[in-house]
This record gives sequence, structure tokens and C-alpha cells, in this order.
Amino acid sequence: MEKVLTNRNLSMLLLAIAILFPLFTDNQYVLHIFSLTFIWTIAVHGLNLIGGFTGQLSLAHAGFFGIGAYSVGLLTVKMGLNFWLALVLGLIITTAIGFVIGLVALRTKEHFFAIYTLCVGYIIYLLLYKWEELTEGVRGLIGIPVPAPIGPITFDTPRNQYYLLLFFLVLVIFLMHRIMNSIIGRTYIAIRNSEELAETIGIATMKQKMVSFVLSTFFAGLSGGLYAAFVRFIGPDISYISVTFDMLMYLIVGGMGTLSGPLIGTLLIVWLSQYLQFLQNYRMLIFGPLLTLLIIFYPRGIAGGYQMWRAKRYMRKTQQLMQPVNPVSMKEEK
Amino acid sequence: MLVQTKGLTKSFGGLTAVNQVDAEIETNKITAIIGPNGAGKSTFFNLISGLHPPTEGTIHFKGTDITKLRTYEIARLGVGRTFQTTHLFEQSTVLDNVIIGHRLRTKSGLFDSIFKTGRLKREEAACREKAHEVLEFVGLSEMSHRLVSDISQEAKKRTAFALALATDPEIVFLDEPAAGINPEETDGLAELMKKMVDKGITVCLIEHKMKMVMSIADKIIVLNHGKKIADGTPDEIKNNELVIQAYLGGDTNAPVN
Repeated sequence: MEKVLTNRNLSMLLLAIAILFPLFTDNQYVLHIFSLTFIWTIAVHGLNLIGGFTGQLSLAHAGFFGIGAYSVGLLTVKMGLNFWLALVLGLIITTAIGFVIGLVALRTKEHFFAIYTLCVGYIIYLLLYKWEELTEGVRGLIGIPVPAPIGPITFDTPRNQYYLLLFFLVLVIFLMHRIMNSIIGRTYIAIRNSEELAETIGIATMKQKMVSFVLSTFFAGLSGGLYAAFVRFIGPDISYISVTFDMLMYLIVGGMGTLSGPLIGTLLIVWLSQYLQFLQNYRMLIFGPLLTLLIIFYPRGIAGGYQMWRAKRYMRKTQQLMQPVNPVSMKEEK
Repeated sequence: MLVQTKGLTKSFGGLTAVNQVDAEIETNKITAIIGPNGAGKSTFFNLISGLHPPTEGTIHFKGTDITKLRTYEIARLGVGRTFQTTHLFEQSTVLDNVIIGHRLRTKSGLFDSIFKTGRLKREEAACREKAHEVLEFVGLSEMSHRLVSDISQEAKKRTAFALALATDPEIVFLDEPAAGINPEETDGLAELMKKMVDKGITVCLIEHKMKMVMSIADKIIVLNHGKKIADGTPDEIKNNELVIQAYLGGDTNAPVN
């Protein structure tokens, strides 16, 4: 019980800092980077749901991010729709495409699923790039309006945009907590653990994977739609394969299959790359070895590593308590 | 008759792993399936639990045809099973592994979890209660909060039993439950199987440990090269020449006694 309280308190403290932070700084650059971090974290949560928790590594994630962004961009710029309406429609479009792709993709397993979705992601990129009549191709979409005001609240200042994105991030984190701390989340984890076993204990794995996959594309689409209105310019590059791998890197560093991993990994890597900006592409010389070491020693990332450490400490404590009672049975088990 | 197969056949390309097997599993008995390695025992289990679609033949459970049903549908009808390798989630606790076993008796979906509905709370409580009940039944209550990676092979087998039992099955198929376990623990597992039968759960197991099989089985089915070569009580099987030949590899000239 004590631990739960600490976790909750820590989250509340972080949230309070995030809310108060813009009041103490006028540094637009910092606000901008934090806002971007929030957008990416939402997408990474989607990748975590399907890849980290359900065990189906989807590499089409940037593709769905692109679909969300382009839906919002096209609906606002070309059709003049209100941002909020465009966002809702964009989410419907993204999840509908996600559903259709999921129907086919989820019939493949493990690395075949990863390869298949990698191809899907690349095809989405090509469509956005080559379908010039619709997407303006490499020129991209310019002049996407900022989110329309809600009553008296406007979103034309960096500070207000920061709060808007923070709101969506908190909403996504809240949803993920609710889902993963329920038997629904346990169902996904059971599928990740062993699809065969999950089937034999009566879980309709195809249906469950489908729900998880569509929800993951929902998060990707949401993130993309917010990105479009925040950056206000989008090009086909946002759905390129390397964006998927960036998201995957954030997730792996933070911890796949953990609830705090997406935020930790995204914050860390985004800020680290900002600080290492002066190195340009040589940054990868630092990231590469760091990532390799992390995967060797902490395959479950920072959050996963912390969880394991805590579990082991807990085990040691309970074993010390048990040892005097029944030392013989403990030895036998080894 | 709880489970009945007729002409059950499974071919993988040119290999016929299970060949025209007619088998009957009686309610509230322990049925053992034995046979040399590669005899098709696990494939037979996989066919009944729906992991492989049969090439030919039918499977009936309580009189209904389950030949074409999906694995999860078969599980929901009341057919539980375990695997040779337990497939448990090692980084999680015993209790957490078992809670999901009762999921098939719940109806909550994504929206229930997001809005924390009354139904979700009720069903989660039911899953938890069921998990405690089956862990108590298999004798693991005290280990329920330990990580699976941290418990003995025997305890893992018991956890796998508990998981299968949490689905509220009428029959459980246990694939080599006593593999990799010492003789003392094997007796413990045999006791547990008898306890399941006493509770009204039919048990069907694949096992290589003959001493255990002969002592607990009410009926034995012998497979060899995918074919059923004998079935009957342990005493009948012990004296069946075909069975002895299959096990000792003797031909007509070899002394079988």
C-alpha cells in the first residue's frame, strides 16, 4: 500500500511541476521542445500498447502518425474545417485504416508481423509522398491553423499550446493506466507472454490483438493530428521509417511494456539530442553504443530495470523473513 | 463419455502424426495417454484443444461436435490444458499469472476498463477470488506472491495446473505434468490429480513415468506411430504384447517376456 501511494504521489508531483513550469519561464524554445516531447510520448504510448504490452511489434506506427497528421492537415487547409472537427474525423480515418490493416497484418506472427507492418509503414510514406494531387507531395502542407479556441481559451500562444498538449498527454497516460491495471491489460500481457497459452485459457487472441492494434493507431493518429496543428507544416517525412525507429528507440530506452517508459524515454532522448545538436549526425556515434549497452544490460529499459531491481529487493526481503521458518524447503527448491 | 474422437487424423505434409484414432475419455476418470517419443501424443492433445485443425475425423465433447471450433471456444466449453513447457510469465508473480485464467468467464471490455464500471470491479474481484481458490487447491497459497522465475519446477507445474483450473474446466489435459520432477514431487502431483477427479474434474494426461501412470490411471490409451495400438486398464496394458513390442522395440523373434 505504501508503494502505491509513493507512485501516485510522484505522478502528482510531476504533474504539478509540469503545470507550474510555464509560469516560471518565458523561454519559448524550452516550451516548444517540451510540447514536442508530449506529442511524441502520446505516439510512443500507442507503440507501447501494441508492441510492449501485447507483444506485436508494429513498425507502421509513423505511418499512422502520418495519416493522423495529414487527415487533420488536409481537412483544415483544403476543406477549411474547424480543427476539432478535423481531429475527430482524422481519428476516425486513422483507426478505420488501422482496422483494415490490422485484419490482414495480425494474421502474421512475431517477426513476420514486424516485417509486414514495416512494409505497410513504407507504403503509407510512399502514398503521402507520391500522391501529389491529394497531399502536395514533397512540398507538404503549409499553414495548418492552430487549434480553434474553445470558448474563451485560445491556443495561439506557446504556453497555451503547451497546456493543450499536456492535457492530451495526461489523458492518454490516464487511459493507459486504467487499461493496463485492469483484466483487459492482463489479457494483452497474457497474449504477449504466449499466444498459444492465451488461446487455451479461452482468450480470443485475434479479437484482443485487434482492439489493442486499433487503439494503438488511435494514439498514433491523435499524436499526428496534434503535431500537424502544433508545427503547422507537415511533409511526407513525418511518416518515414526512421520516425518509427525513433519512437521505438524512445520506447526501448524508457522501457517496453512499462507505463512510465514512454515518457521517460522520450524526455530523455529528445533532450539529449537537443544538447548534442552541435554534433549533428555524429550524435548517432553516441546513441548507438549507449543503446547497445542499454539493451545488453537493461533489456527492459530504464523503467523496466527499476522494476526488476525493486522486485528483487522485495524478494530478498521476503526470503529473509521466510528463511528461519523453513530453511530446508528453500534449499530444495534451488 | 466426455470426449470422443472418431477417425481422428492429422497429417503434416507427408508425415501422419495422428492416424485414425478412435478414443474415448470417460467422465470423472483419469485417462493416461502413453507411447514412445514421436507417437503423436502431443499432437493428439493439440487436436482436441483446437490448436491444430484435424485433417480427418471428428471430436465430440459432451455430445457436441467441437472439431471445427477455435481453441478459445473449446476452452470456454470447459476444456482446460497445460503444456509440456509451462509457458508461464516468469517475470510476474504466481498470483498474477493465475488471475487471467478466469478471464474467459468475464465480459468486460475496453470501455469497462476505461470507465472502471461496476461490472469490471465485480469481474476483477471474481478473477482474484478464483485465483486464490485454485492456488489454495493446488497448494500454492503461500507462494502466490513470489515471482515465477523464482519458484521450483514442481511449483511451476502446479501454477500451470492452477491456471488451467481457473478456467472452470470439466476436463483438463495435462501434457507431461511430471517431466523434470523428482519422484517425491511426482507422487505429490499424482495426489493432486486424484484430488481434481474427486472435485469432479476429468483428467487426461500424457506421461512417460510408468510407475505413476500405472498407479493412478483408470484407463490407458497407447499410441505408436500415430496409431492407437491398445487401450484398457493398467493391468490389461501391462500384459499387452503390442504395447511391449512398441516399448521394447522387439520384433517377432525377440523374447518379449
